[in-house]
Amino acid sequence: MYEIELLINGRPFRGAAEARTTLADFLRHTLRLTGTHLGCEHGVCGACTVLVDGVSARSCLMLAVQADGAIVETVEGLAEHDGTLHPLQQAFRDAHGLQCGFCTPGMLMTLVELLRETPHPSEDEVRDAISGNICRCTGYQSIVDATLAVAGAAGTEGSEP
Amino acid sequence: MTGTPASQPRVVTRPSVGRPVPRLEDLPLLTGAGRYLDDIELPELLHCAFVRSPVAHARIERIDVEAARAMDGVHAVLTLADLMPKLTSGRMPLGASPIKGENSSTPFVLADREVAYVGEPIVLVVAHSRYLAEDAAAQVQVDFTPLPVASDARAAMAPDSPLVRTELKSNVLNSFKVGFGDVEAAFAGAAHVFSDVLSQHRGCGHSMEGRGVLAEIRPGDELCVWSSTQMPHDLYYMLQTMLGLDQDALRVVTPDVGGGFGPKYCLYPEEVALPAAARLLRRSLKWVEDRRETFISSIQERDQYWSVEVAVDAEARLLGIRGSLVHDQGAYAPKPVNLPYNGATAMSGPYILPAYSMDVHVVHTNKVPVSSVRGAGYPQAVFAMERTMDLIAAGMGLDRAEVRRRNLIPPEQMPYTKKLKARSGAAMVYDSGDYPASQREALAAAGWDDFPERQKRALAEGRYIGIGMANAVKGTGRGPFESGVVRVGQNGKVSIFTGAAAMGQGLATALAQICADQLAVPPEDVTVISGDTSKTPLGLGGFASRQLVTAGSSVHLAARAVAEKAIRAASSILEVDEDQLELREGHVHVRDGNRSLGLGEIARMLRGAPGYAFPAGVDPGLEASAQWRTDSLAYANACHVVEVEVEPTLGSVEITRYVALNDSGRMINPMIVEGQVQGGIVHGIGNALYEFMGYDDSCQPVTTTFQEYLLVTATELPRLETIFRETPSPKNPIGAKGVGETGTIPAAAAVISAVENALAPFGIRISQTPVPPQSLFRLIEAARQSQAGQPPRRKDLPDDQET
Ligand code: FES
Ligand code: FES
Repeated sequence: MYEIELLINGRPFRGAAEARTTLADFLRHTLRLTGTHLGCEHGVCGACTVLVDGVSARSCLMLAVQADGAIVETVEGLAEHDGTLHPLQQAFRDAHGLQCGFCTPGMLMTLVELLRETPHPSEDEVRDAISGNICRCTGYQSIVDATLAVAGAAGTEGSEP
Repeated sequence: MTGTPASQPRVVTRPSVGRPVPRLEDLPLLTGAGRYLDDIELPELLHCAFVRSPVAHARIERIDVEAARAMDGVHAVLTLADLMPKLTSGRMPLGASPIKGENSSTPFVLADREVAYVGEPIVLVVAHSRYLAEDAAAQVQVDFTPLPVASDARAAMAPDSPLVRTELKSNVLNSFKVGFGDVEAAFAGAAHVFSDVLSQHRGCGHSMEGRGVLAEIRPGDELCVWSSTQMPHDLYYMLQTMLGLDQDALRVVTPDVGGGFGPKYCLYPEEVALPAAARLLRRSLKWVEDRRETFISSIQERDQYWSVEVAVDAEARLLGIRGSLVHDQGAYAPKPVNLPYNGATAMSGPYILPAYSMDVHVVHTNKVPVSSVRGAGYPQAVFAMERTMDLIAAGMGLDRAEVRRRNLIPPEQMPYTKKLKARSGAAMVYDSGDYPASQREALAAAGWDDFPERQKRALAEGRYIGIGMANAVKGTGRGPFESGVVRVGQNGKVSIFTGAAAMGQGLATALAQICADQLAVPPEDVTVISGDTSKTPLGLGGFASRQLVTAGSSVHLAARAVAEKAIRAASSILEVDEDQLELREGHVHVRDGNRSLGLGEIARMLRGAPGYAFPAGVDPGLEASAQWRTDSLAYANACHVVEVEVEPTLGSVEITRYVALNDSGRMINPMIVEGQVQGGIVHGIGNALYEFMGYDDSCQPVTTTFQEYLLVTATELPRLETIFRETPSPKNPIGAKGVGETGTIPAAAAVISAVENALAPFGIRISQTPVPPQSLFRLIEAARQSQAGQPPRRKDLPDDQET
């Protein structure tokens, strides 16, 4: 067992993990942050996407020990403390960007990364960004529309999402 | 329901039905606060893994669990024999059939003598973590003697074929004929006869959340079973029987369900094995399917082989269709014949067909058992029919849309009775819809008539573009009923309790909207409790695009009864005639005055207080229950038009335009309807071009990851253009028709039609799905060789391209 300390959504967490424990299982089962989902556990579906030191990572393919000392962002950290949704979350709601919601945490984290790097993406760039995230419910269009809506709004108001 | 209202209660409301109300489900799901099966944590919970068969057919000689049992952190390693003391049968009951019948085709709770497909569960391992359970599962030794396999359903029908299971006398589970009219006469009098052999391959449902079961032992030996299922009540009834439990000793609950798409309609061995083991060990147990297990143990569908012969008159009007259909049932039949029956009876779809005869054979193979995946037999039937329509057009030199137009059921013939019976035995009556107008509208939106000109120009530039179309009709809203209880709480907020099962489709929002309008409250003030057998005594669940129609109708009736009751109670309390009262903003108001009573106040009075007067003429409780009954289906229809560009040197297909017209009757929430249609289309595109569940000749699955089995991602898609018609169904009080499957059903047929059209210069006929690049490339190469290098010429375009 290894002691792991990391900062998740701005809060310090600590826990013990075996060498083989994935970051996803550590987040979900050890730290009880179950917002991050597992859809394939082999690195294709993107449901488990979190940001590690600001970069998207498949938490099913990363070991918890590799995240020791890292800054991790998960879906639980997107909304404000008062419950105000992150603009992307709000846009997902407005544009029906989710149905069963299982892919949603991974989609959101992937798109948070996209919008940080590319605040005004084209439709193709949005589709490209989520091409490693599988959604069986929506057909993706509403997710793309939600993202473009946020990007558009950010443009008119001049604020970063 | 409690009392049918003599007249409509007067309700003044801004209707929420018909508006894109934001979903009530979304907030927890967006913030990571959803609670799916694997998110449930209980004290002292143990974790499970299954030892599954690595071979497709074998006799089990010996199961040695000793090494596994001795491992650290392992709590138990259980075979069927270990579980039997807690089971009334080692074999699953025949699903969806309360009638006792022959049961030599359902799966076993755990296999103990023979395995019949790769993935069949044999041993249940219980440990302190899933990691440890999997470690121990790898240490279980099972000695097998291999047995021959049947891999192709057509060959498996032969009397000398190896048997899928040694207990069978034949691999043919069932053979039946579906038909009507004088088919022989139809063919004798035909101007043209065309024939084709079509095959469609199997795929998986692949909800992003797999299956999962949690069996919780509660104080007093009570069992609470959580399952990611579409059928909580079915599971409740089945477990009572399988575990020999009193009804009050068991509760079944569905947490948030991460998608269904059919496979969660069946009840599975794991859903019995875990509860039985939990009772045996007196410990709470959890098992969550991993993706590899989805590939080798969750229901798959669509392996069918159709031989179709069609007779038409000189005007291309259908005279008769005959043929045979071989349905690959896989190793077991959790449900008897639902899919092939759906397929065989749905083939003629929106068309007038005077005579029909289809011989259906349901045949076992050593593959994962087969039941519904989104569409449930309909996509195959539509593929067979629509490809046949294209064949007639090509053969007679007619426009493909024109051939269809000549055969569509005209609106003035609605309701239209097909000479077939639905599975319930009721007559198959198309209740409503305007199929010619649907086709017209979709074609106009897609620019069908201009396409030949564009195609000619593209071809001159060396680009192969094509257009295709498909019509579909889908029976939705299957009964016999779904439950709906509407109850007003002490605070005036409303709760709906239903047996319908939410699995991500927005059921709660739609039901809340229906209820809200009847009670003049905002939908946000309505909560929906579904998927809990302790809160809803009766229910069926999710299948056949049924829940909005059935549960929606029950909720509509129950909510209306509550409104009427509130007005009657208010009339008694306020001593004002009922016709002077109206329900507005959650209050019963005296129309010309300022007195009013809130729904919460009325609910408090109707709960009863010992020693105080009770309003006259009303029953206790501000609530009503309805079980809207139906034996008929509400028929939704769709017309899809697709444009593609094919790169013949690679066999790759790009979908460049997708226009889908959908008529699912009255739309309760257009935003949700559109989401269903878009998601459905993408599933169908997957079936057409990408999704291929492969097996080798020894029935070893060869696609068990998402790297081998391709799901459609965002980059393969154009913007999907949806058009909606709303022909209300006269068959239910809300006028709705189902929409969960109508996007999927015609999609593969339309895409393939377009691909074939793009490759018309090569003279290729495509009678199969899917056509991934390698398949298409082979077809193109074969055609090139037979054309001996001739360049495509104008006259090689099919005749419907002539302008
Ligand atoms: S669960 Fe990590 S990519 Fe699918
Ligand atoms: S919303 Fe269900 S998988 Fe994306």
